[in-house]
Amino acid sequence: MLSRVADNLFWMSRYLERAEHIARIVLVHHNLELEQPEEANAGRWKRVFQSLALDPPIEDSTNSVLSQICFGVESRFSITTSIESARNNARQVREQISSEMWEQLNRLYHAVRHADHEDHNGEIEEFLIAVKEGAHLFHGLTDSTMSHGEGWQFIQLGQSLERAINTAAQLEIHYREFYREASLDSEWGPDAAGYLEWIGLLRCATAFEAFCKVHSATIDPLNVVEFLLLDAQFPHSIRFVVDTLQTALEAIGRLSPGRRVHKVQRIAGRLQAELSFTQIEEVMERGIADTMQHIRESCHEIHNCVHEAFVSYPVESALEV
Amino acid sequence: MLTQAPFQNYWYGTPWDEMFYPGGEPRAHYEPLMRVLENLPAEEIRQKKQAADLSFLHQGITFTVYGKSEGTERIFPHDLIPRILTAAEWSKIELGLTQRITALNEFLRDLYHEQRILNDGVVPRELIASCPHFRREMRGVAVPRGAYVAVAGTDLVRLPTGEFAVLEDNLRVPSGVSYMLTSRQVMKRVFPSLLRECQVRPIDHYGAALSSTLRSLAPEGRPDPVIVLLTPGVFNSAYFEHAYLARQMGIELVEGRDLLVHDNIVYMRTTSGLRRIDVIYRRIDDDFIDSLVFRSDTILGVPGLFNAYRAGNVTLANAVGTGVADDKAVYAYVPAIIKYYLDQDAILPNVETYLLSDERERSYVLENLDKLVVKAVGESGGYGMLVGPHSTKADQEEFRRRILANPRNYIAQPTLALSCAPCLVEGESIEPRHVDLRPYILFGEKVTIVPGGLTRVALRRGSLVVNSSQGGGSKDTWVLQN
Repeated sequence: MLSRVADNLFWMSRYLERAEHIARIVLVHHNLELEQPEEANAGRWKRVFQSLALDPPIEDSTNSVLSQICFGVESRFSITTSIESARNNARQVREQISSEMWEQLNRLYHAVRHADHEDHNGEIEEFLIAVKEGAHLFHGLTDSTMSHGEGWQFIQLGQSLERAINTAAQLEIHYREFYREASLDSEWGPDAAGYLEWIGLLRCATAFEAFCKVHSATIDPLNVVEFLLLDAQFPHSIRFVVDTLQTALEAIGRLSPGRRVHKVQRIAGRLQAELSFTQIEEVMERGIADTMQHIRESCHEIHNCVHEAFVSYPVESALEV
Repeated sequence: MLTQAPFQNYWYGTPWDEMFYPGGEPRAHYEPLMRVLENLPAEEIRQKKQAADLSFLHQGITFTVYGKSEGTERIFPHDLIPRILTAAEWSKIELGLTQRITALNEFLRDLYHEQRILNDGVVPRELIASCPHFRREMRGVAVPRGAYVAVAGTDLVRLPTGEFAVLEDNLRVPSGVSYMLTSRQVMKRVFPSLLRECQVRPIDHYGAALSSTLRSLAPEGRPDPVIVLLTPGVFNSAYFEHAYLARQMGIELVEGRDLLVHDNIVYMRTTSGLRRIDVIYRRIDDDFIDSLVFRSDTILGVPGLFNAYRAGNVTLANAVGTGVADDKAVYAYVPAIIKYYLDQDAILPNVETYLLSDERERSYVLENLDKLVVKAVGESGGYGMLVGPHSTKADQEEFRRRILANPRNYIAQPTLALSCAPCLVEGESIEPRHVDLRPYILFGEKVTIVPGGLTRVALRRGSLVVNSSQGGGSKDTWVLQN
């Protein structure tokens, strides 16, 4: 398939995943902010921004933060700009995706563009839910109306890469702020502010219910970290996401073989092996911050190698094949 | 019978009515259609019209209107009542167009090589030298099979005598063929039994014919050529058509940035490496195809493409520089061109044309601006045109000024009484509207013309302008088996 087409599909998917991710975590933190005592809210939005690799918010007021992250046009990554970028990428490959997919993304784009930017009280939650649902609908349509060929694999690749990076960043920042050795004791009652924050972290990854099925509602931070990092079955756990990523890469390698593919498969394969065979104790020994950084770096490396192998490869190397 | 429902507002006796004799009796080949229309309740006609429009909208068959703000994608207005041509009418058109495209390709080959026709004084040398679409870069460049124009769309009009004449040739990147094809698809759903009863010749093989024409033009030694369609991109008004044709032919739809030239070979960048390209069906104007040779302020094309083309490593369809042959002033010489190369008289006549660079003709035209149609020679799509009888004094003064400033840039023609065909107006009553006909001609190993074409309609009452950008629409064209 044309390199440009693969690139557009990849980015379309990354941007949409990003928009959905932002919507999810803003929704959770907006709720937490209402429930938590004031001191627990200090620095909340700063941490959210940091986990999204954004500059700290210009103002501290909730309204200003929300409008910046949801509708900000200057911000590189507000929900609006992310959806707009996803649509721009889709627009250029309209013939390669199904018309159902295009129409859904187009609808979502028009919905966020016409959302009311000023009324943050009732509307913002509806807005965030609409973004989430819009993205889910798009993924459903992608699975059921598009051939699962090379293009579809690039969509999976973009989505899982973005998801792995986001989850790792979020886990790292949350851990730094809230993890206490002492917390392993029973003093973590359901009333503690920290307890709610850990539930919030799970909710950010829509993982609360899935987590409870495994660990019951006893929220042990160590279990939460383990679940979000190493669970083999939950679609937002980093291990699961990297498995998906590796599957997509293998499929692409079969469809578009060439020795340029090997490098990226090696990096992704190594990351996958690490996550499959590591235990949480080993992770703790290495340190969460270090592990998350390693995951993010590997993801960035995978991204660059994919681009080099399939899109921006030098002409000379391609002629030798 | 003629005063019955849908035709009650119809008026007969326009200079040439496609469907009716001047007295109001339908022509024989329109009788089955007449029977169907008469027995169709107005409500059902409305429903069929709605179903057809919806089908166009859902398929995204739209075009973009330039010069308006973003988002002016419109459906191409489509008229439900088909325009019907008899087998005899069509066979004359087919012969005439074949003759014309053959002569024009000879003419282009000659212009870019020996220039015999200029040396013999049949076409004035100044006329060619002053044509902006004459590409000196093409002198001496060999073109496979001499097929400079591989795809042409020639606009025909029917004169009051019932005879077809050529209004203009489109030899650069003619568009509209997707409307012809999709319109037939819709008609099959709307009037299935009528199509069968009339024995309408099929046109669905256009994609296959285009594909084999392009294949036949591949550079030598490339038995299994890779063919692509080069589009300027999603913002182009005809993007729908580009994507549609690429899908019909099963070829890759590429933009300039997907291609690169290395050692005079053109490649496209794919996920599995570079893939060599042999034939480019380009839907980009000459000016934009190679920023190293033509306009440098563009990123639509491919730097180095022209050199690869000149080296014979890739075929461009159409060739570079075909615009010189559809220059509206050169048009006046086409009958002479046919005579010169083929020693035949033109089967399809031209429309009488005044060249404004000629002093005598110019003064006649300037005195009769209110009766004539004036056209800029390099423009298409109905832009840059004065329709005398429908113009204001101010328009005429504006054109007088422009003509005097650059007479070579304009021609004039008598205001033609285009033939009329019945059209559904506002979904209910049927009224006559002016129509033309644009068949599509393919020139490769052989000449192929799918039977039919795009019948364009001037939907506004009395209007003579059929271009989609100027409020025109289209209707399906049926060529009968016998």
